Amino acid sequence: MSQTGRHRTALSLHKALARIWAPEPGWRGWLTTSNNNDIGRLFLCVATAFFVIGGLLAMLIRAQLATPGSAFMGPEAYNQVFTMHGTVMMFLFAIPFFEAMSMLLLPGMLGTRDLAFPRLGAYGLWVYIFGGTAVIIAMLMGLAPDGGWFMYPPLTSAGFSPGLGADVWLLGITSIEVSAIATAVEVVVTVLRYRAAGMSLSRMPIFAWYILVVSVMILTAFPPMILGSLLLEVERALDWPFFQVENGGDPLLWQHLFWLFGHPEVYIIFLPAAGMIATILQVMARTTLLGYGWVVAAAVSLAVLSFGLWVHHMFTTGIPHLGLAFFSAASTLVAVPTSVMIFSWIGTLWKGRVRMEPPMLWLVGFYATFVIGGLTGVMLAIVPFNWQVHDTHFVVAHLHYVLIGGYVFPMIAAVYFFQPLLTGRSSFFRLGGVAFWLVVPAFHITFLAVHVAGLLGQRRRTWTYDEGQGWEVLNLVASIASFVMAIGFALVILDIAVNTFAGLRGRRNQWGATTLEWAAANPSPNYGFASIPIVQGRYPLLKDPDLALRIAKGEGYLAETSRNRRETLIVATATGAPSQVVVLPGNSILPFLLAVVTSASFLAPLFKAYWLSAIALLGVVIIALIWVWRLAPAKIEGLVDAGHGAMLPLASETADPPGWWGSLFLLLADGVHFGSLLFGYAFLWTVAPNWPPPSYLRPEVWTVGLALGGATALALGPRLIGRWIDRMVAPGLLVASLGTLALTAAAASVMIARPTPAGHAYDATLWLLAGHTAFHAGITLIMLAYVVLRRIAGHSLRIGEVRIVTLWADFTAATGLVALGAAWLPGALG
Amino acid sequence: MAQTIADIWWMMLAGAMGITALVLGLVAAAMLRRPAPEDGEGGAALWLWGLGLGFPVVTLAALTVYGLLMGERLLPRNAANLVTVEAEARQWVWSFGYADAPGLVTKDVLHIPAGRPVDVRISSRDVVHSFWVPRLAGKLDAVPGHVNVLRIEAGAPGTYAGQSAEFSGTGYREHTFTVEAHGPAAWSAFLQGAP
Repeated sequence: MSQTGRHRTALSLHKALARIWAPEPGWRGWLTTSNNNDIGRLFLCVATAFFVIGGLLAMLIRAQLATPGSAFMGPEAYNQVFTMHGTVMMFLFAIPFFEAMSMLLLPGMLGTRDLAFPRLGAYGLWVYIFGGTAVIIAMLMGLAPDGGWFMYPPLTSAGFSPGLGADVWLLGITSIEVSAIATAVEVVVTVLRYRAAGMSLSRMPIFAWYILVVSVMILTAFPPMILGSLLLEVERALDWPFFQVENGGDPLLWQHLFWLFGHPEVYIIFLPAAGMIATILQVMARTTLLGYGWVVAAAVSLAVLSFGLWVHHMFTTGIPHLGLAFFSAASTLVAVPTSVMIFSWIGTLWKGRVRMEPPMLWLVGFYATFVIGGLTGVMLAIVPFNWQVHDTHFVVAHLHYVLIGGYVFPMIAAVYFFQPLLTGRSSFFRLGGVAFWLVVPAFHITFLAVHVAGLLGQRRRTWTYDEGQGWEVLNLVASIASFVMAIGFALVILDIAVNTFAGLRGRRNQWGATTLEWAAANPSPNYGFASIPIVQGRYPLLKDPDLALRIAKGEGYLAETSRNRRETLIVATATGAPSQVVVLPGNSILPFLLAVVTSASFLAPLFKAYWLSAIALLGVVIIALIWVWRLAPAKIEGLVDAGHGAMLPLASETADPPGWWGSLFLLLADGVHFGSLLFGYAFLWTVAPNWPPPSYLRPEVWTVGLALGGATALALGPRLIGRWIDRMVAPGLLVASLGTLALTAAAASVMIARPTPAGHAYDATLWLLAGHTAFHAGITLIMLAYVVLRRIAGHSLRIGEVRIVTLWADFTAATGLVALGAAWLPGALG
Repeated sequence: MAQTIADIWWMMLAGAMGITALVLGLVAAAMLRRPAPEDGEGGAALWLWGLGLGFPVVTLAALTVYGLLMGERLLPRNAANLVTVEAEARQWVWSFGYADAPGLVTKDVLHIPAGRPVDVRISSRDVVHSFWVPRLAGKLDAVPGHVNVLRIEAGAPGTYAGQSAEFSGTGYREHTFTVEAHGPAAWSAFLQGAP
């Protein structure tokens, strides 16, 4: 037995860990659990439910379009149905589904016990459930948005969409984006920090690379969309004219912000599926991935390129010719990394021996579909062609080829592949094969017909069409085939449900996979691994089939259970050397409560109940403070025994605790949001008609002084505390607090000088810049108050906490100076 | 113009079908293959450098250059006998004005001379619309606050169907118009005779 084992057998270790990691019994357990297994399963079931809802909406669309002049729906109902179909599938199914899969699988793949911030994961789940449910309830009440899933103003502005529908979309979808950002932060920190001992970056399973890239993309692509939704909602509620031409706004600003998000979004959806393909393919071919480094490089470059493409959704908006050439070239360029992946995977099949199991079958479906979707995408990047088929059914068919072929089929393959790990059972009934042969051929018939209808000029989003256009047969064929496809998808869900409850008990690692998640028991217990594995290569189970046994016997790190708490290992980011022990939080109702108040603050404005929104926001602050307070241990514990003779510090006592990494990546998203705001300001200034505004704000010397002084104090205060943590805490806190107040005063001076944000887009933008500054100063002030309270309660202040506050203070000072500088710049120049 | 775009389409369709056949053929061959154990990692360079990187770079470069060159042909050029018309969209009507006949406005019917280049100055009074006459040119959006200029030219007199191509609410489907292309005599009669 190893030197770490207080447990003499694998069974006693298993029992002790199972007790420590158990959720609360009964229904309450579902509300208080934060374990990735529980949260991931709930996430997966809810996302599947939204897939079914979105699918039913699709069938309504095809029923309506089956015959010309259909009286099934009128334009009012049809507009709601197609808007909701797109919205549900993109926001409520596609993104949450892969998040659920990564929550379930990532800790196992990385050789750790849970995700970095389990409670944040639980919070994200509940916000998603509340926001998604609100959107669906609104639809059932006939209050669904009807402006198309990309919501172009002015059609969606108050003047042309006076009802609640657009507000439901903006507030509901924004809350779901908040959930996606929470999950993305969690995933990034997990991949970078929470891994098996010895798992360097280059030894990570390929899926971990993909999901890391995707999460960084979420953090950089969602903020422009969140800003756009904020602008449009503020315009609708308070009449701040961001998109109204007559008052200095411009509807094109929305299109830029939307597609700055919308194009990366396509790759945010495709890349997790690609990660699954690379993971599954090598096992199905009984080999290892060809060109691992190439595939990683391709994923990274695809992510970078995807941010240069947004304008290709706007080729018909009157973009200058040179711009068109640039974006056309960039749009075709994105096919290159995709091609690298595609051929790396075919090369993998080539060097291996393929077996035709259900996951492989669906991957064949992926190839047969996605290649065509990719090629029609290249066609759309060719500007003259785009001008002709933009907004026809050709585009509809293209995007369904890419999304269903490139996302849904691989995800079905992934569900079949990981089913033994998630449910402990393998396929028993062969319903899956029948389903495949219904779905894939029917899909091709449906959308080939839709392609042709688009080429013949059928516009998307028209609720019906006239006879004699030559579209009747095509649409009827598409509709019939789409119903066959829907039956096939229903059979897939049925097959998996039946297998989950009645399948055969599978043996461990039935596919002979080589990565760590298959070393866990079957199904994976809540604690994941009985001890943290030690790995020596990229495919740990390949040369070491007994690894699973040794992990279970406690021969890895942290097989110790005497501390009676949920512990896992943090490693050095690049090398994977063990560096910290982190204590993960136990069961708690706080994430659920925080989600309730967060959702209330988002949804209350629907009913113009701004007071409720304000109370809920106060609730967010209070619950967040209780959450942090309870997590932080009162006493310094010193080094702990991690096993194998390693004495490691607790993460909470280091200079870079997970909270610091989490803050860093959250601030990345925050910074992109701020950058989008500056972009919007510059765009309106240079492009919008009806600029310049009647007058510019002229800065006063004292306001500039306040801003500079405040920012300096804010940068200085936390550094004083960090440098002399014993002696300078009180002065440092005082200096920093004064800094936040001075910065807030400078921001307030902007608002006071320009009291009518509804007058001109310039004034509205000034209020947002000032609001951004004051909001972040407020957050920093709350953090400083928290430190003061901890001191008063007699808790020791840790360097990690100081560094987190420093990070937020620096961000506040830097963006505050830039925001106020931008607000004052035109007046100072003119 | 429409002919140019059709040429691009048929060329791209042929290429796409060839590439699809190649990729799916390789997948099938790879799946059926049963390599001997001693084969090892051979062929990695071919898969990654050759097919993964080289193949798309060459084909896409060719396609992009071709697309841009063809696109040049569609661009407005200076023309001596240019005609300018105004197209203003609103929910759900098109109003057309004529530089050669100030004050003249037609609803949902655009009159142009056949065989002469026409610049359509497109704008919107309310939400985003799009001007699209499939047989004469690609589409261009009507954005509030902006004027976009589209060059069209009808080869022969006749009637051409046009429609809005950006979703604009409940009346979107019926938001259509026609283009009447006149011979020289009919064109001057229209400019003068119409009220």
